[in-house]
Amino acid sequence: MDFHHRHILDISALTPEDISYILKTAANLKEILSRPIPKVPTLRGKLIAHLFFEPSTRTRLSFEKAAKTLSADVFNLTARMSSVEKGETLLDTVLNVKAMGADLFVIRHPMAGAPHFIARTAHTRVINAGDGFHAHPTQALLDMLTVREKKGTLSGLKVAIIGDIRHSRVAHSNICGFRKMGSEVFVSGPATMLPPEKEALGARVCYRLEEALRDADVVMALRVQKERHGRQLFPSLREYAREFGLNAERLALAKDDCLLMHPGPINWGVELHPELENDPRSVILEQVTNGVAVRMALLVLLLGGSS
Amino acid sequence: MKILLKGGRIIDPSQEFDQVADLLLEEGKVAACAPHLEIEDAQILPCQGLIVCPGFIDLHVHFREPGEEWKETIASGSLAAVAGGFTAVVCMPNTKPPNDNAEVTRYILKKAAEAGLCRVYPVACITKGQRGEELTEFGELKEAGAVAVSDDGRPVPDAFLMRLALEYAKNFDLPVISHAEELSLSSGGHVNEGLASAKLGLRGIPPQAEAIAIFREVMLAELTNSPIHIAHVSTKAGVEIIRQAKEKGLKVTAETAPHYFTLTEEATFGYHTNAKVNPPLRSEEDRQAIEEALADGTIDVIATDHAPHSPLEKVCEFERAAFGLVGLETALSLTLRLVERGSISLPKMIELLSCAPARILKLPGGSLREGSLADVTVFDPEARWIVTEEELNSKSKNSPFLGWELKGRVIYSIVSGKVVFSRREF
Ligand SMILES: [Zn+2]
Repeated sequence: MDFHHRHILDISALTPEDISYILKTAANLKEILSRPIPKVPTLRGKLIAHLFFEPSTRTRLSFEKAAKTLSADVFNLTARMSSVEKGETLLDTVLNVKAMGADLFVIRHPMAGAPHFIARTAHTRVINAGDGFHAHPTQALLDMLTVREKKGTLSGLKVAIIGDIRHSRVAHSNICGFRKMGSEVFVSGPATMLPPEKEALGARVCYRLEEALRDADVVMALRVQKERHGRQLFPSLREYAREFGLNAERLALAKDDCLLMHPGPINWGVELHPELENDPRSVILEQVTNGVAVRMALLVLLLGGSS
Repeated sequence: MKILLKGGRIIDPSQEFDQVADLLLEEGKVAACAPHLEIEDAQILPCQGLIVCPGFIDLHVHFREPGEEWKETIASGSLAAVAGGFTAVVCMPNTKPPNDNAEVTRYILKKAAEAGLCRVYPVACITKGQRGEELTEFGELKEAGAVAVSDDGRPVPDAFLMRLALEYAKNFDLPVISHAEELSLSSGGHVNEGLASAKLGLRGIPPQAEAIAIFREVMLAELTNSPIHIAHVSTKAGVEIIRQAKEKGLKVTAETAPHYFTLTEEATFGYHTNAKVNPPLRSEEDRQAIEEALADGTIDVIATDHAPHSPLEKVCEFERAAFGLVGLETALSLTLRLVERGSISLPKMIELLSCAPARILKLPGGSLREGSLADVTVFDPEARWIVTEEELNSKSKNSPFLGWELKGRVIYSIVSGKVVFSRREF
């Protein structure tokens, strides 16, 4: 099949066929990462600009690793070092970097829709690396890749996402992605951080944690996005851990062969009990490896190198 | 100077008049109206096939002068007004500096006189600097020419202060206009809470932020036995509260804007900043409720909330973009769509755009009775046009209707018996 997208802004813009194709490409490219010399010339001569207007370690390094494995050159701009601090607009920043020859922009931004704005106005290729609490499509793709590797399918699964759903771009993109691929998604957490049913993008909203966890194939815990709340939305971290944190007892409600996932960074002792740290059901580090593979796939598909 | 408008369909809801006739304007006043008038020395405006009605009055515009003249000046805004058939506009006070003292009021009136197109009525602030702390000097402001008070752009957050304003306004017979918004629920929001906030991942503004504030204003109107006018109603919940208040006999009036009965929150999908407005575009259910409220009289007035912004404020990230859209030049066409789909009659439309606004703020105009101001709008309800940046006379082009094909065009706008805008040679 052909891949026609110029941008990866949002899971909702992808068809199930697109998603399958991306995951298949990623699965093929993943092999490169385990070679003695993990480098191929596919994107030699391409320049990729990473614009990160929000702190990020995992996602930024993952994109960088993906680009370097494919032999692309990389610009790294973070908000603090850039001229954005001097009052330059986002659009001007992008246009300047584009004028230096950047072929693709990877943008993380605290404002929802900022990557869409750039895609529309700057006439360049854009990958959304997380915008506000709107979307984080590459995270959802790597989560789906991880689940498909382990379960062999993405359809007919029960996926439980626990935590701060309303302020989580990871939750939004995963709800959209897993549902597109034929799974059912249940969300639970403190009700002050749950969307009302009609705004849950098709996920089932559970006010009882147990309801979401029971017989789940996939259990995903999310970090509390305190920095996005504005105001305190729950009484204390202690209460959060007690009422909504995942521990062995709660995880026992899910299927025996369930997958435990977390997009990171983890606050041990809050959303995950430390007793789960070496749990065999955890695929948290495999998510990280798959993140590189998925991002390699997207770079290849958007920049048209042959895999 | 005499002008004779020949053969138009004259609709004047203020005297329940609707028939093809001639209208004579003389010395700035309506002089006569009869089936066939022959006047020797009058300038003739042929109006066959056109609607002739009292000039539209917009109760809610933001002309950015003083302070943000790159967005709009009183002159450019006045031109947009008359191009849209508005022979009078009521200017909200959130300029820079805000219109909280007589000096600014007089400045606005001076600029309006220089522009010499439509009538410009300034609204003064309720509180100094729109800070919601101390009342402005209503008496002096009225004397300088303010026709009402409002902190529009912001609500008056303190209920006690709003009570004082409603009471004190009685001394000067100054209407109070409320921008009804419960800030503790709305602040940080960018779009309607619901579909739009969920889809766009933006903080939402719930309809209840408007409804709670409207309810407070209604209660304060009851407490003080004062009239209150609610600006830009956008929600079903708000409409229901106003309807109940009117049934109770309270002196509550309300306006909405064409975008609230034309668009829904879906217009923001894709992060279209021209559809970012406060209050936000709502759900289809709300949109329908607004349309019904216009039909049944719960909402008295259509005002535009014309809010010009330049690309500096609009071509940017959605969260950074300013609230507001330009509306003066599309209002007539969008309202005619209500007539076309049978929600309201043509006379009702003119009532909403002209007679009711005049009545509520006690402004002259809104009638073609003999002796009334010769402020007249003449439009062709069938003429088609496409909204483009070039077609808009406003300095700013932030319209969510760019690219739309609309029906209904203003042919002449007449103020004080003088043709101030024309799309035909005469
Ligand atoms: Zn307002």
